[in-house]
Amino acid sequence: MTQTLPDRAAQATPPKVARKIKGLSDRAIAWIFVGPTIFLLLAINIFPLIWTINLSFTNFKANRTNRAVEYIGTRNYERILTDSDIWLSMQATAHFLIWTIVFQVLIGFTLAWLINKKFRGNDLWTTIIVLPMMLSPAVVGNFWTFLYQPQIGLFNYVITFFTGGDPSGFQMLGSVDLAPWSIVIVDTWMWTPFVMLICLAGLRSIPDYIYEAAEIDRASKLRQFFTITIPMVLPFLMLAVLFRGIENFKMFDLVVQLTGGGPGSTTELASINLKREAFEKWRTGYSSAFAIILFVTVFGLASIYVKALNKVKER
Amino acid sequence: MSFSITEPTPRAKWISGTLVITYALITLIPLVWIFMTGFKTPPDSISYPPKVFYEPSLEGYVNLFTTRTRVSPEALDALPPPANFAEEIVRNRNMVIAGPSKFGERFMNSVIIGFGSTFLSIFLGTLAAYAFSRFKIPLADDLLFFILSTRMMPPIAVAIPIFLMYRNLGLSDTHLGMILLYTAVNISLAVWLLKGFIDEIPREYEEAALIDGYTRFQAFYKVVLPQAATGIASTAIFCLIFAWNEYAFAVLLTSGTAQTAPPFIPTIIGVGGLDWPAVAAGATIFLLPVMIFTILLRKHLLRGITFGAVRK
Repeated sequence: MTQTLPDRAAQATPPKVARKIKGLSDRAIAWIFVGPTIFLLLAINIFPLIWTINLSFTNFKANRTNRAVEYIGTRNYERILTDSDIWLSMQATAHFLIWTIVFQVLIGFTLAWLINKKFRGNDLWTTIIVLPMMLSPAVVGNFWTFLYQPQIGLFNYVITFFTGGDPSGFQMLGSVDLAPWSIVIVDTWMWTPFVMLICLAGLRSIPDYIYEAAEIDRASKLRQFFTITIPMVLPFLMLAVLFRGIENFKMFDLVVQLTGGGPGSTTELASINLKREAFEKWRTGYSSAFAIILFVTVFGLASIYVKALNKVKER
Repeated sequence: MSFSITEPTPRAKWISGTLVITYALITLIPLVWIFMTGFKTPPDSISYPPKVFYEPSLEGYVNLFTTRTRVSPEALDALPPPANFAEEIVRNRNMVIAGPSKFGERFMNSVIIGFGSTFLSIFLGTLAAYAFSRFKIPLADDLLFFILSTRMMPPIAVAIPIFLMYRNLGLSDTHLGMILLYTAVNISLAVWLLKGFIDEIPREYEEAALIDGYTRFQAFYKVVLPQAATGIASTAIFCLIFAWNEYAFAVLLTSGTAQTAPPFIPTIIGVGGLDWPAVAAGATIFLLPVMIFTILLRKHLLRGITFGAVRK
């Protein structure tokens, strides 16, 4: 492909016959091009959403389709908002969400800051760190249950190798106290690279001359860090938090493989609870109402957050 | 080398390099452990303390691809000598190979659904992205936001009506159903990313072609498409990785014919939960292609995973 573009354009000028048919109008082409995508999204995203809204006002059960469907008003919503199981699962989700974000931001930013020192081979090591987040959470989560085995598991062995104690003395997945942390650990292992990559893009977007000017003004390194680095990276960091927040609010695959929501319901995140209601207890109407509540919550929180993000960007 | 006050000192580089490499090596341990476990025998895999040095065995891979039945020692003696290494490994455990396992089938399902949905997302996504980039479409910004926002829904929330819809249409547990579903999820990412790539191609190129008598359509596939090839390729990789890794829809909407590998691999573990080498072997085969892609395409990674929000 050594030809330049004008060369190619000149060579490929079509014969006169083609000129007669000037083709469709731009407007028609626009609709032909966008149409299929919109149709697909309407059919597989919007139509189901509307259906879910409709179902949420009924007592429909998907495993008993011959039973008459009754509209029961907002009773599903009332029951959800007063259901203690739902609140427990929201608490579990909040715990998971908050701690994964705290760890991922701290470790991710630190790593990005270190990588930005441009040591030799930083490119290769960045790629290695990124590997876990590209992999299938279900498959990797399933294997982590092996690492977490008391006694034979590598995780317990390594921990007790450094701290002493008995590797079969604690159960990461089986104990009520540790299970919520075991899912935080795996999610942090998997997704810290994501925060790191976005922070790295932020750090690289800061032009050198700002630091040079600060250096001339004799600002200390520490001062430069807090008055230049942090504020300039903040919009990027907030973006990373937004993406992680939405993803972890929906979290299903990794945790379902790790703990399945247990022990008891200590790690039963919102999505796992929803799956149980919808596909095990078959309370379709009830779980549709829960799905709508979750969707509205994510959407609401995300839009408030985006407003805040835009304010930070404007500064 | 020119002197720069913003260049980190050699000491700072050395310290930061050491810390980052230490983190990278720790983070790699679980992945290395998957790889190593795949080549252990079942007793080696569950020994205490965990074995780092062991005699490699292909038992995990043999178990992954076969189903086996236990036979009595007398019956085993009566059999002709093993025809290949797989039979030999299995017979050491007093078993014979009964037939192939479902892993190959599930893996192929992942390949078919992954590539099918990627092709469809890229095909539709490129067309839509071009239209959004070049034409005045009423409410374009709202439409784009709508396309993006469909990604915010928890998969389980959408799965309920899709489950019902697919049951009525006869699409549940079919390749076509899964391809359409993954395309619908991926297309938001595809349109969003591809629009960014096409925006960067100067309009003048097409305008020149249009003046030369090209139709819009010819200008699109003879001028714009070749220019957008890199962007299209990296978008395709992201769609492929998503479809490859997806679990929630797959576990809810497929059970037999169209089941992909992620819901299948955890079920390999077998009775008593002792066959970790086979699980690890399956995971290795399944994860390795993604790792290779990641390493090869590291330069194009950032834009894809951040929804195009961060550009270099």
